Amino acid sequence: MSTSNLANPAAPTPFDASRRDFLKSAAVAAGAFILGTYVAFPEIASAQGEAPQGPYDPNLFLRIGADNIVTVLSKHFEMGQGVTTGLSTMVAEELGADWSTMRFEFAPADARIYNNLLFGPLMGTGGSSSMAEAWEQMRKVGAAARMMFIAAAAQKWNVPGGEIVVEKSVVIHSRSGRKANLGELAADAMHMPVPKDVTLKPAKDWNLIGTKLPRLDTPGKTTGKAVFALDITRPGMLTAVLKRPDRFGGKVASFDATEAKKIDGVVEVVQVPAGVAVLAKDTWSAIRGREALKVTWDNSSAEKRSTAEMLEQYRQLMKQPGISAGGRGDAAAGLTRAAKTVEAEYAFPYLAHAPMEPMNGVIELHSDGAEIWSGSQLQTLDQIVAAKFLGMKPEQIKINTLLGGGSFGRRASTAADWTAEMAQVVKAINGRAPVHVVWTREDDIRGGYYRPMVMHRVKAGIDGGGEISGWQQTVVSKSIFKGTGLEAMAMKGGVDNSMVEGIADTPYAIGNLAVDIRYVETPITVLWFRSVGNTHTAYVMETMLDELAHLAGKDPVALRLSLLTKQPRHAEVVRLAAEKSGWGQAVGEGRGRGFAFHHSFNTSVAMVADVSTEAAKLRVGRIVAAVDCGVAIDPDVVTAQIEGAIGFALSIALRNQLTFKDGLVEQSNFDDYEPTRMREMPKVEVHIVKSTERPTGIGEPGVPPLAPAIANAIAASTGKRLRSLPLDLSALA
Amino acid sequence: MITLKVNGESHELDVSPEMPLLWALRDRLHLTGTKFGCGKAMCGACTVHIDGQAARSCSIMVGEAAGKTITTIEAVSGKVAEAVTQAWQRLDVVQCGYCQSGQIMSAIVLLTGNKAPTDEDIDASMEGNICRCGTYVRIRHAIHEAAKSLA
Repeated sequence: MSTSNLANPAAPTPFDASRRDFLKSAAVAAGAFILGTYVAFPEIASAQGEAPQGPYDPNLFLRIGADNIVTVLSKHFEMGQGVTTGLSTMVAEELGADWSTMRFEFAPADARIYNNLLFGPLMGTGGSSSMAEAWEQMRKVGAAARMMFIAAAAQKWNVPGGEIVVEKSVVIHSRSGRKANLGELAADAMHMPVPKDVTLKPAKDWNLIGTKLPRLDTPGKTTGKAVFALDITRPGMLTAVLKRPDRFGGKVASFDATEAKKIDGVVEVVQVPAGVAVLAKDTWSAIRGREALKVTWDNSSAEKRSTAEMLEQYRQLMKQPGISAGGRGDAAAGLTRAAKTVEAEYAFPYLAHAPMEPMNGVIELHSDGAEIWSGSQLQTLDQIVAAKFLGMKPEQIKINTLLGGGSFGRRASTAADWTAEMAQVVKAINGRAPVHVVWTREDDIRGGYYRPMVMHRVKAGIDGGGEISGWQQTVVSKSIFKGTGLEAMAMKGGVDNSMVEGIADTPYAIGNLAVDIRYVETPITVLWFRSVGNTHTAYVMETMLDELAHLAGKDPVALRLSLLTKQPRHAEVVRLAAEKSGWGQAVGEGRGRGFAFHHSFNTSVAMVADVSTEAAKLRVGRIVAAVDCGVAIDPDVVTAQIEGAIGFALSIALRNQLTFKDGLVEQSNFDDYEPTRMREMPKVEVHIVKSTERPTGIGEPGVPPLAPAIANAIAASTGKRLRSLPLDLSALA
Repeated sequence: MITLKVNGESHELDVSPEMPLLWALRDRLHLTGTKFGCGKAMCGACTVHIDGQAARSCSIMVGEAAGKTITTIEAVSGKVAEAVTQAWQRLDVVQCGYCQSGQIMSAIVLLTGNKAPTDEDIDASMEGNICRCGTYVRIRHAIHEAAKSLA
């Protein structure tokens, strides 16, 4: 074999105590759904302090071939956020590997080794946590590997290890003139003891961290060779599409498969808990079979209302006593002494994540378990849920994680609904064939697990001196955690903090603040969505602040800076965006410039939007962004994530919404739920604050400030306050 | 039997003439670089070249495509294709990458017919290709870069 390797868990080296101790403690937890003892995803973002500890044995994370290629086993799921490049950068930096030799594969689903150190005994990617949680671990993997290579070379060459260095994948002993590349020494190095003490390079010695490196996933994704779950074929595989209840909470009453079975290629039609599955020899036949399938639904406990009625229920709930979800000072007293107050209602619609690759996955039963090929984002949860439906143990579910064609939260379903369907369908046919469950775009748009519909009401006031004297806010929404397996973990004291993140814990020095919530109950399924509660909380906070600034006759940037005097890093981001955008300069008739800042996932992002409202048409011309995410491991990836977040968030600001008529979702595809298109994309400038602080999130924090920056720019241009999303552009006329 | 000329080879397929070309390419010929995004020619993830023109393979029936020259991302070649692919790689345009086969196929057709596209030309030609990750800034940049390298 040409691949002597550094990834052979079956043959542990005798000195890796750190790994064995870890496995012992983690083994107790693995498989059990005991996430209750661990921090909630939204709180992970604010988990500061001590660096998370995890195994760093290079044998678990690296494979180094005789060909000198270093393959990193990525514990994280790649959905476009650049995580595989980031993790590999950390390894290569400390190992001393030449970047051109770096590759990645996805690690097997095994939470005993590859858990997210901030999620507890759970392997998974989310909460913009990857770089933060792996920051010490993956650098230690690289550093330990370097030390093992040096030890192997010292032994082989009989020279002191202290005189050996590793540079660009070459192990060098200058005094004797000896050198060898990593590939030549890999077989020896893997048998070296894993060092107990690993010292990481100081920032001044970094060669790779902080530089733009070619993304490791670019070659496959520009040649059609990258493999997504939808591209998987297994021998004898059947493709299944499901007819799911057309109303949330509906159930199958009866079905008639006579016509469906007449379609060429249709093999079988089976009822499963999720609906009725049509299995066929190819995707098109399955889709056609489903069109011919007749299902009668039992809608006795289904959602049958329309959006207007739902909104009316939200307004009624607003009037009822709520649950306190945080605050400070005395908001009521502060409002009593206000010289001027503003009171406003804000509404946000249901949203579908709509990743470009529709939900799908392949499942195959073996004699000793099941194997899944999917864009698995929470592998441990997918294992637990598949095992439950198959009557197996989670460790019997082998998951082959593949590249995800986007996710935005959808593939991290708290119910693992799509994985559950795979298990249900393969079980319904007794595992006779591998099954590929494929969702169409219509299934995706109408399939639930939405960003919930949310309503806010704010009353805020300024005193005679123009200071914010009080702020009361109520948030009404269905909770994304209540009733899910994560409820115990995520809802401390009965409060779903994701509904109020960014408000209840705002970094702004608002002294008198009260936030409360009301829960909505509906069978419509809901889920986190890129940046979670910040998708709506930032909009309300940032547009209301803008209103208050105008009410007080203050500059919006100056107001923010006055509220951030104890937050120097935040303030720097505000100043940087203002300076780079030319804040304060005149922009001309029919144009407006708006500012927004938001801190989420431990990262600060400010955006300045330049818009034109000429001829009552909105055109977003330019966005200038500033970001502080600690160390920018790859500044080009950071820039890309902010650019992309702007593109993603723009259509949410402009038009995206799911509405209901008699319980039926009115939208179905990209014509009536249309993502941003090329001609709408503004010019984007991204400025990154130089930092040596721990890296923080970057996949999500670019989303929240975009819509309020645009709304504030519209107000600057027209004087009109658009308080809900999507923006009511008819108000510009 | 329907004969499809794909990537320089003829394939005899026992499929209904009404099967969308996309599914024939993916499920029968296992050319999976061409992606399924919407099924209604609204997103461009399934873009291929038919007789040198950009076409949404999800909305063209196999029967219509028979006899025509079909090229997919796996085999697209020539100076323009190289320039586009290299610009995409140099600028690290991709994020999730799922739509990028279609973006690249559309960009190649644009640059084949227009050596120096303006921003407005790019808007018009790339309008049918959705990128949910929002990589449009870099797609635009890469098209301009590819045009420069071809000049």
